Amino acid sequence: MDTVKLTSKVVPELYLEAEHISPDVFAGKSNQEIGDLSVHMGNQTYKISDYFTVEGKAGATAAETKIVVAGDVSKVKYIGMKMTAGEVEVLGNADMYVGAWMEGGKLLVKGSVDSFAGIAMKGGELIIEGDAKNYIGAAYRGDWRGMQGGKIVVKGNVGSDVGSNINGGTIDIGGNADVHLATHAEGGTIIVRGIAKGRVGGQMVKGDIYCLGGVERMMPSFKYDHTEEIELDGKKMNFQVYYGDLGERHGKKKGEIIYGKIYLTAAQPEGGEGATAVKSERKAKLSEKQLEQLATELKEMKEPSVQNVREYIKKTFGIDLKPMQVSRLIDSLSR
Amino acid sequence: MSKTITDVVCPFCGTLCDDLIVTTDDEGKKILGVDNACAIGAEKFIHSSDHSHRVTRPRKMQEDGSFKEITYEEAIEHTAKILVNAKKPLMYGWSSTSCEADSVGHEIAELCGGIVDNTAAVCHGTTLIAVQNVGIPSCTLGEVKNRADRIIFWGCNPAHAHPRHMSRYSIFPRGYFTGKGAKQRKIIVVDPRPTDTTNLADIHLQVEQGYDYELLQALRAAIRGEPLAGDVIAGVPKETVYEAVDVLKSGRFGVIFFGMGVTQSLGKDHNIDAAICLTKDLNDYTKFSIVAMRGHYNVTGSGQVLGWQYGFPYSVDLSRGFARYNPGETGSIEVLKRQEADAIFVLGSDPGAHFPMRCVKEISRLPSVAIDPHITPTTEICDVHVPVAFVGVEVGGNCYRMDNVPIEARKVVEPPEGMMTDQQFLSAVLERVKELKAN
Ligand code: SF4
Repeated sequence: MDTVKLTSKVVPELYLEAEHISPDVFAGKSNQEIGDLSVHMGNQTYKISDYFTVEGKAGATAAETKIVVAGDVSKVKYIGMKMTAGEVEVLGNADMYVGAWMEGGKLLVKGSVDSFAGIAMKGGELIIEGDAKNYIGAAYRGDWRGMQGGKIVVKGNVGSDVGSNINGGTIDIGGNADVHLATHAEGGTIIVRGIAKGRVGGQMVKGDIYCLGGVERMMPSFKYDHTEEIELDGKKMNFQVYYGDLGERHGKKKGEIIYGKIYLTAAQPEGGEGATAVKSERKAKLSEKQLEQLATELKEMKEPSVQNVREYIKKTFGIDLKPMQVSRLIDSLSR
Repeated sequence: MSKTITDVVCPFCGTLCDDLIVTTDDEGKKILGVDNACAIGAEKFIHSSDHSHRVTRPRKMQEDGSFKEITYEEAIEHTAKILVNAKKPLMYGWSSTSCEADSVGHEIAELCGGIVDNTAAVCHGTTLIAVQNVGIPSCTLGEVKNRADRIIFWGCNPAHAHPRHMSRYSIFPRGYFTGKGAKQRKIIVVDPRPTDTTNLADIHLQVEQGYDYELLQALRAAIRGEPLAGDVIAGVPKETVYEAVDVLKSGRFGVIFFGMGVTQSLGKDHNIDAAICLTKDLNDYTKFSIVAMRGHYNVTGSGQVLGWQYGFPYSVDLSRGFARYNPGETGSIEVLKRQEADAIFVLGSDPGAHFPMRCVKEISRLPSVAIDPHITPTTEICDVHVPVAFVGVEVGGNCYRMDNVPIEARKVVEPPEGMMTDQQFLSAVLERVKELKAN
């Protein structure tokens, strides 16, 4: 396998649309030709070489081509879009649509990605080592076919609307998942190893969702059916199986109605409460004294950015606030 | 002596009442009185004909933050330049103007490779996403008046936001098959708080804030006769849920009206998706429809024109020469928050008052122009403010009611001397953009 290395030279002023960064497009091209491929920023068209240095060599076919993307590409969209074979490795963070409409090959992102990664994916493997935002493995707007095959692994947390309209393939989430997991699912498998926030499997018709860390609040339209022993990751575990969504249409097979299934770990490993009863941590808050201290500190910072202030609060008070809360705090304190 | 104009259309809320009677002075310059309109509608007319507080010429912001009057020509030049020079201009608003003006605006956006977005981005856009996902069984307000005997108000408060909605269409009117008016109708209101609308309800489902989706799915399961988990569903006792289902099933014709209480609370498009599916399910038992309570008088029209021209109703990204649409990426809020745009053009809307602070800051940072008859928080932070005539008062134009019925708004008085209309201003900008692009 031959490797092409793209190293970002400049961070784009707006966002760059780089759907050509894919083994399918690079295969069989010289570095000069790769550099001449177009990227888009707003209504302007540029060349890949305007933003990246191109090194190494592309293989003759997509399957023989590996692309390594180095440097800051956190403002680059569509990396690995529609790829069918080969490999892409992004060393840092990437923006939206990583591996969108992907059909094969392997795409690894070492950092985090924004929304719409792996939407309408058909095959291949998409691995994100950091966090991912919303609509991972979901359908494109208005489409009723979400992820149909392949595998998505997110080691960190994911946002909302993950796997909506999924009808095949697997999404494996290492951390927590926000609301609306697998809405309108018609198949496929989703595993959440952290806590699932709620509205899991809303309007789902078919498919399997495993929630190892429990669900904060189950939909009222799911019914508990039975407990079952299932092997997951080579370990046998007891799961409570819920059927639903009872509000949705369901097909029949051999006279039996086929429901979507949610599997909750029956017993929490270390004496935890029932799986459904996982409570989210209370919203973290600062005490009066801490607020005063923060106010004086804010005066000293010239232009307090949310990130800096959040870091500061984390360091001095050991409290991790949501960025939203921090930005409200800054606004109210600086007034 | 005075003149009386009948059948005037009220350009304020999405109800778009078309039975107003306006009295003007002889020269047709001043409005003396408005009959039939509700308080907010009447105020719009009276207010606009009082020229003393209005800005009648474009203004440009100076270094010190004050405004200096400029000519319309200078304003046209400024607008055309910022749009032509931008890599990704955001053109937002379009909801408080006529469809004709919208259409000209879209042509500019297409030429300049910008994003066109209307106020649906912060109100009923989620509805449009849901409609795209699952379709919509809808009807006109006339049908509601003449046939409906089951009305649901979900997350909306028409008593205050659409004052004449209840008397003209939904609760009180006596129609062809609804001769007994309010007596014949059963009203269900879903709202976490008691409001003036819930006071009129037969059943008030006091849903727990932010759990509309759960309640909707529970209703759907209950309609199918499935068991529900728990005694209290999203804050509503289980018996009440079943009672509501019985009321809905037993009607002859029902309508769900929903507002921003569900479109912008947790779940957004999913809430509407579920509500539409509920409507669909109820059609197995009786006839049911669903109608969005649109806010601005012509936000529906803006979506119609965009839909007709590009196939998508809002958040349309034309930067690459073809239309793309993906709220979450191409919506105004995201675009501003992520700093994806490099110029902003606002027409007939007030993001300065309604957007999150971060986006408002972004607007004030970018090259900008605001076109609005009023002085608003937005015009105060934009580089140039272009005042224009009031559509529906000083100039006519096509508008769409909340149920997608087009209604031609009328002109009742003359605008202040020398003032341009939206359409004239936009056409002039379009001409100038074409010239600049040609060079
Ligand atoms: S209900 Fe709406 S359209 Fe009718 S008069 Fe009042 S503001 Fe105008």
